[in-house]
Amino acid sequence: MKLSESWLREWVNPDLTTNELVEQITMAGLEVDAVEPVAAEFSGVIVGEIVSAEQHPDADKLRVCQVAGGAEIAQIVCGAPNARPGIKIPFATVGAVLPPGADGKPFKIKKAKLRGVESFGMLCGQTELQLGEDDKGLWELAADAPVGTDLRDYLSLDDNCIEVDLTPNRSDCLSLKGIARDVGVLNRLPVVEPQITPVAATIDDSVAVQLNAGEACSRYVGRVVQNIDVSCPSPLWLQEKLRRAGVRSIDAVVDVTNFVLLELGQPMHAFDLNSLSGGVQARMASAGESLVLLDGQEIKLRDDILVIADDEKAIAMAGIMGGLATSVTHETKDILLESAFFHPIAIAGKARNYGLHTDSSHRFERGVDYKLQEAAIERATALLLDIVGGAAGPLVIAENDQVPADRVVYLRRARIVSGLGFEMADDEVVDILSRLGLQQVSADASGWTFSVPSYRFDISIEEDLLEELARIYGYNRLPTTSFTADLTIEMQQESAIGLDSVRRQLIAKGYQESITYSFVEPKLQQLFDTSDNKIVLKNPISADMAEMRTSLWPGLIGALQHNLNRQQGRVRLFETGQRFVSSDRDMATLKQEPMLAGLIYGTKLEESWSAQSESVDFFDLKGDLESVLALTADADAFEFIAAEHSALHPGQTAEIVLNGVAVGLIGTLHPQLQQQLGLSQSAFLFEISQSAVADAKLPKFLPLSKYPEVRRDIAVVVDQKISVAELKLSVIKSAGNDLINLKVFDIYVGKGIDPQRKSVALGLTYQHPSRTLTEEEINASIEAVVGALQQEYDASLR
Amino acid sequence: MENLTALTEEALQLIADADDLAGLDHVRVEYLGKKGSLTGLLKGLGKLSAEERPAAGAEINKAKQRVQEQINSRKQAMEQAAINAKLASETIDVSLPGRGQVNGGLHPVTRTLQRIERIFAAVGYAVEEGPEIEDDYHNFEALNIPAHHPARAMHDTFYVDVDDYKNTSGSYVLRTHTSPVQVRTMENKEPPIRIICPGRVYRCDSDLTHTPMFHQVEGLVVDKNISFADLKGTVDQFLKAFFEADVPVRFRPSYFPFTEPSAEVDIQCTNCGGEGCRVCSHTGWLEVMGCGMVHPNVFKASGVDTETYTGFAFGMGVERLAMLRYGVNDLRLFFENDLKFLRQF
Repeated sequence: MKLSESWLREWVNPDLTTNELVEQITMAGLEVDAVEPVAAEFSGVIVGEIVSAEQHPDADKLRVCQVAGGAEIAQIVCGAPNARPGIKIPFATVGAVLPPGADGKPFKIKKAKLRGVESFGMLCGQTELQLGEDDKGLWELAADAPVGTDLRDYLSLDDNCIEVDLTPNRSDCLSLKGIARDVGVLNRLPVVEPQITPVAATIDDSVAVQLNAGEACSRYVGRVVQNIDVSCPSPLWLQEKLRRAGVRSIDAVVDVTNFVLLELGQPMHAFDLNSLSGGVQARMASAGESLVLLDGQEIKLRDDILVIADDEKAIAMAGIMGGLATSVTHETKDILLESAFFHPIAIAGKARNYGLHTDSSHRFERGVDYKLQEAAIERATALLLDIVGGAAGPLVIAENDQVPADRVVYLRRARIVSGLGFEMADDEVVDILSRLGLQQVSADASGWTFSVPSYRFDISIEEDLLEELARIYGYNRLPTTSFTADLTIEMQQESAIGLDSVRRQLIAKGYQESITYSFVEPKLQQLFDTSDNKIVLKNPISADMAEMRTSLWPGLIGALQHNLNRQQGRVRLFETGQRFVSSDRDMATLKQEPMLAGLIYGTKLEESWSAQSESVDFFDLKGDLESVLALTADADAFEFIAAEHSALHPGQTAEIVLNGVAVGLIGTLHPQLQQQLGLSQSAFLFEISQSAVADAKLPKFLPLSKYPEVRRDIAVVVDQKISVAELKLSVIKSAGNDLINLKVFDIYVGKGIDPQRKSVALGLTYQHPSRTLTEEEINASIEAVVGALQQEYDASLR
Repeated sequence: MENLTALTEEALQLIADADDLAGLDHVRVEYLGKKGSLTGLLKGLGKLSAEERPAAGAEINKAKQRVQEQINSRKQAMEQAAINAKLASETIDVSLPGRGQVNGGLHPVTRTLQRIERIFAAVGYAVEEGPEIEDDYHNFEALNIPAHHPARAMHDTFYVDVDDYKNTSGSYVLRTHTSPVQVRTMENKEPPIRIICPGRVYRCDSDLTHTPMFHQVEGLVVDKNISFADLKGTVDQFLKAFFEADVPVRFRPSYFPFTEPSAEVDIQCTNCGGEGCRVCSHTGWLEVMGCGMVHPNVFKASGVDTETYTGFAFGMGVERLAMLRYGVNDLRLFFENDLKFLRQF
């Protein structure tokens, strides 16, 4: 809502500066977004009158004018086509300063010679003063403009546009009247409203009105005005008030309805009477009915759209926009004025469904005062008759029994204390609420009943009254306290790891945390997930943010590319966040799973005096991940099982399995994908469910053995396809209880070994809890181990 | 015995001249060994009278001891020199940086979230989280925002396409705030409730000052006798704690469908101290939070008895707070993940 300060001050004029006024409005919950002067800076411009205009002796397009207004008649050379004797125009005298142009510098008017003729000033058009868009010639002021008056005074230009960003509950302030009302309350000042006297009918013509939409339209006031002259322009004061409220002047009829909308908050409409067939009615549209709107677009109406119709067809989307066929044109002589109450529920969301948003729909969907219709149409009629003449018919008031009932709200004294934290004096409560227009209906020992004015759609329960009391009393004058609560000690799960520890672990390994968008580019995602079950947005912000991620990898790859493009050759990133997996297009099984993912690229270590520029590989990443898994105190529980994934190298991919359940993936980005993404080196990625690293084992003490440890190393040769994990499992099974540690300390492939096979060196450490192990016992265990490996994996000792 | 003095002097001279351990050992063998010349003098003692023998013997032993001591001391010196030489050769430039991974770091949003969480955890608030794809009911209806309510226009909502999905209940959105977590908590837990709900939220808006995804922390307190004054106190204390300064805080009436009364919270501009600058659009104040008393309709939807309990809720944008706290001047930097940006936190 935009309005001019001077217009507001016509209604209520507190003794406050502009800044104080704006601050006060803001602090009352009507947030002022901007305050701008209504006119650019200029000075020395007065109302002038062209006394005579003669052809310039040496220039076809210039005229030499004698202009009155200054101390004496001044000679001005002027090129405007409409420069002619008798008109009143803005006259910039010598010494005047005009608003800065494109170069940002103010324009100073000096004495000049144009083609040999002296000129003492300049006659201005709207654009030169930045007061309008008409650049066709001089700005012709009203015939009664007082010659010699400073233009700023004449046009009241020392004024500000105040833009208030209203919250949706305050529809009562979508008018000058509403804002003035609040300012009056805040300053304990009376608000001076313009006198609205009913216009007596001078003709009998009227249009029958029928209400056929129940609650959607419970009140409709119409009036015929005949024989108007739409060529009469709106007076300057009207144009200026509209301009300062951000509304363009169109013609007198539109301007008047817009003015009433701004002033009182009642949206109105005018139909060309002679284009109507019979009476008008409010009804729901029949599905598929079409209507060409004022803006020229043809829409198909749905059956939940309220329309105004004549006997034949829909003529307006009620409360949203009128139809083109029945609109007022420059040929219109007779009109039907509409001032109606459409219920918010009938209008809410409808305009948006059709991509429309109008000043009218904005107000109706929030709530228009349901007692305002007659006053508004009287105000409009009187203004119209003043400007465009004509004769008014009688008011036709149609009303059904579904006009909103007046609400009453009971307010308990005790509720003020418990809600606001202090006791407000009774007379202050009543004073504040009655200043706001609520009427005390009754009072009893514990509280009061108030009736709510018809313009306050936001007040219906006790809490709403608390807010009004707090708002007018002043939020910042209300007490500020600390509350008390029971100090209860809650159970603490010691084994919970906490995401922060996981993050810290990766940070210690050189990873930087990143946060990427949860929606990703479908094409990029397709490279990582070839399924067609992704969650898609209906209204993405752009095509490259259209799908919900099914993995954190596309985001990390994007971040990698961003950094590679900015001369960062070494990237280590991780991210935590949800992924969205719907395996079978079933919302009941949609998984919004918190994941942890990481990516490494480039050298193992930062470039340094000591580090070789060796590139990272799979095992660097796996080691980092294992350090995270180690937080669970049972890293061995995680199995890495060779697997395949569309985005990963087929020979360097593992599924991470915990207790038989796949919880993650790790691998080398597929070389083809790497090339496709323009990466010069391999990237390595892991992703694991956060739930897999959420819990640690609670430590459980085992007694320490005093007896010596014995270590035996063996090397076995097995087929290369056999995984070390399988071998280790076999060793642990066959070695017996005294094996306390098993290490793989070498893998060898090459000379001296069958090219299909590899040598795996194992270090076995034995210890008994209560005695020294004998040589025979250890030998027996080693024999059992070798035997089992031989049998299960065709292993041979090297 | 004049020979003794000469031999001793000779040996001492040789010791002094020896330049390695081998040379030194040679002197020991030559003079002190079994066949050494000083040892040989002892053999000549037989020629002396019994009276003279002890004194002469003592004399010789003294000389031998003197030579031996000299050898020892010279040897020690040589060994020390060798060690010193070795140490000198092993000197490193201790100013060179150490070896290993250089630490990474937390994203500034996480850092800020953790700070907020710690402040509230210290006074007994629990952290609750919830789904990011949310149903219409929890994101809107249960929060007193029915369909077509004009307040929905305040939320530029992303809708999820579930047209051909099974088991849908109404429409689904990317949650526009973390308030649905409040509803889910109240559905499952009896008061007293003191929680904060951090997380990602989504609005269909992207320009200089908006990203389509950002982070919020929502707080909720439900108990007996919770008043607007308690809300003011909590918010005021939090903001002072967060900014580690006695920043002036003010409350402005505002509107959220799920609270009544509602307020916007401003702090005095951290950049100019209230003088007015570009950061605060010359108002001297910065909007940092929204808050209010939980609307009875929200309590009713979540099954909380409105006659027994009252409560307040507040919500803040994490990126906004991080920008103010760390002086970040461009919101979009948070999601570009530029290492040069991330490393600053």
